[in-house]
Amino acid sequence: MTMNLLTREEVEPAGADVAADAAFAPADAIEMTVRDAIALALREELTADEHVFLMGEDIGAYGGSYVVTKGFFDEFGEARVRDTPIAESVIVGSAIGAAMGGLKPIVELMTINFSLLAIDQIVNHAAKILYMSGGQVNVPIVLRMVTGGGSQLGAQHSQNLEAWYARVPGLKVVCPATPYDALGMMRNAIQEANPYIFVEHSLLYRNKGLVPKAYYTVPAGKSVVRRRGKDVTLVGYLRSAHLNLEAADILAKDGIEAEVIDLRSLRPLDLEPVIASVQQTNRVVVSEDAWLTGGFSSEISCQVQERAFDYLDAPVQRVNGADVPAPYSRELEELAYPSTEDIVRAARAVL
Amino acid sequence: MTTIAHNGNGVVNAMAPTIPVSPTSMVNAVTALQHSTAVGSQPSDSQLVEFFHQMQLIRRFEERAAEQYTRRRIGGFLHLYVGEEAVAAGTINRLRSDDYIVTHYRDHGHALARGLDPHAVMAELFGRATGVSRGKGGSMHLYDAARHFLGGYAIVAGHLPIACGLGMACQAEGNGRLCLCIFGDGAVNEGEFHEALNLASLWKLPVVFLCENNLYGMGTALAAASATSELYKFAEAYHIPGARCDGMDVKDCYRGMGDALEHVRSGAGPYFLEAMTYRFRGHSMADPELYRSKEEVAQWRKKDPIVTLREDLIGRGVISEQHAQQIERQVEDEVESAVEFAEQSPNPDPRELFTDIYAESSRSHVARHSRSAVGETTHAEANA
Repeated sequence: MTMNLLTREEVEPAGADVAADAAFAPADAIEMTVRDAIALALREELTADEHVFLMGEDIGAYGGSYVVTKGFFDEFGEARVRDTPIAESVIVGSAIGAAMGGLKPIVELMTINFSLLAIDQIVNHAAKILYMSGGQVNVPIVLRMVTGGGSQLGAQHSQNLEAWYARVPGLKVVCPATPYDALGMMRNAIQEANPYIFVEHSLLYRNKGLVPKAYYTVPAGKSVVRRRGKDVTLVGYLRSAHLNLEAADILAKDGIEAEVIDLRSLRPLDLEPVIASVQQTNRVVVSEDAWLTGGFSSEISCQVQERAFDYLDAPVQRVNGADVPAPYSRELEELAYPSTEDIVRAARAVL
Repeated sequence: MTTIAHNGNGVVNAMAPTIPVSPTSMVNAVTALQHSTAVGSQPSDSQLVEFFHQMQLIRRFEERAAEQYTRRRIGGFLHLYVGEEAVAAGTINRLRSDDYIVTHYRDHGHALARGLDPHAVMAELFGRATGVSRGKGGSMHLYDAARHFLGGYAIVAGHLPIACGLGMACQAEGNGRLCLCIFGDGAVNEGEFHEALNLASLWKLPVVFLCENNLYGMGTALAAASATSELYKFAEAYHIPGARCDGMDVKDCYRGMGDALEHVRSGAGPYFLEAMTYRFRGHSMADPELYRSKEEVAQWRKKDPIVTLREDLIGRGVISEQHAQQIERQVEDEVESAVEFAEQSPNPDPRELFTDIYAESSRSHVARHSRSAVGETTHAEANA
């Protein structure tokens, strides 16, 4: 397990992150962290649109348990930065109702583990109302939630459940791994008219990268090629998107050129770049922090074999978290999530 | 109607006599409730005639729907409102046209009381393209955004949090608009009920919580499901004023709703109204009714809200027997016309399967403003 890769201040060159979908010169960019990027998008939208407000547990006076909304309470006031009771179902449900009434709520659910207390509102209500009403009533909400383990928080605070939500028609599920994507995707999510699950990985908040000064947005459902290569395709999102880049560096020392694709969005899912890549490399490794059984990597593996079977020279390899409740012990926890080495090993196995 | 006094400090005092728990004894207890004669609390005679028409419409609509269900023209679940008509007529007609309504899955009566076109409601039950939800919602999910009728919901208590949010939107407008949230006695044991009441009271949200207590959550008697049989007393714990009304008497429902609206429109926060009522038919068409006796049902049928209102109107000379029959014939024609419309309406286009999953436009009702470039923001590194 390589947690230090993800918590260190400097990860891969930020320019390379975004080169594939928005080339810009460093002089026209500013460096910031993922956390700053999310805060910036929230601040922009609060400023630009009086209908936008934030609500959630400890986002106000406390500043947010992951410090994303620090200072917002003083800046925008308690009516627009609403501290709520610890009652996830009514937090999400009231956000749905407020959205149906013309407001634009952005909810912080602290962690994806707690979102399970609101899963009735998310799955049975937010995702269904537009359809059940025959297109009359839409639910423009953004639900921010932190996913992932790696901080010794134990079994109830360390799950990766984003793929569950990605199974639900009516929801959009985005997983930004860089400051560029965090800013662009949050802007897009707030301005769109649909229910968004905005997944933030706790270990990525401090990652730095460049974002353009010029205004831009990043739509849901557009994967991005982070690195070009002809020998093997490495697919991931959130933390594994970063592990894949480091794995590509290691493989490059042996002359193996890996193509690295960051999905960025699980629903809608854009596999076009993956299929195109597999047609060149003929080999693919899919990695994610989530459990192996029934994981999102299974969906990707299936679609790859359905759409590019004739191009595959080896079975699709999956690199997933272990099928266990997250352990507390640092030593055990490091075994529970994929490492760069796991990905390198899987890549060598298909070559 | 039994009332709860609100002492102005957010504390309510129950003055209600203890009402027996068993459904058969409840029927007599409800009859014995004292009715207020306060000025302005009663509907006018002409309103009562309209209510009679509307309640008759709901009754016949439901009976014809049941008939169409047995002929397999209506599928899925069908939850009928027969017996509970006074609650819808007595409460929903007191709302402003811009007030929001969210309700549970026994929602046909509420929809018709709100003025949804019976043709389009029946067409929805038939699953046709002309239905209020274009055939995609069905009996349990009736919507009419133009009438601010924002849905029947089929997860017990799931819509109570949504009512809070609609209340937040109303509160932001600050013009007295509110949300009526209708649910059954089965909802009070769900966590979402308690989360919603707490938030509504905490934020003083303009929501009327209307509990249609028909004494059964599906087939489980209230006494077997809830630690208290006086459901309005849950409100007390959240410092929400609560009251009970006779749900078999449209006048008492009207008056109870009047108290609720007066409180909520004043900006004082939510109100809890419990209407004591009874469904004459099973939970759904699939219900063999093994959990209650025919005698119990017969006893409640003696309190039929439509029969009672009819007798009152004729007895007081407000309308003649002839006039009552004329209304009944008119309703018969309306419902027949609705059934014919539903029958003749087209099914949804197969392409509709994949529409309305996502809204395509951005939030067009909200004006977009130009945004500053990143470099102009001074807070970007605030959390670095």
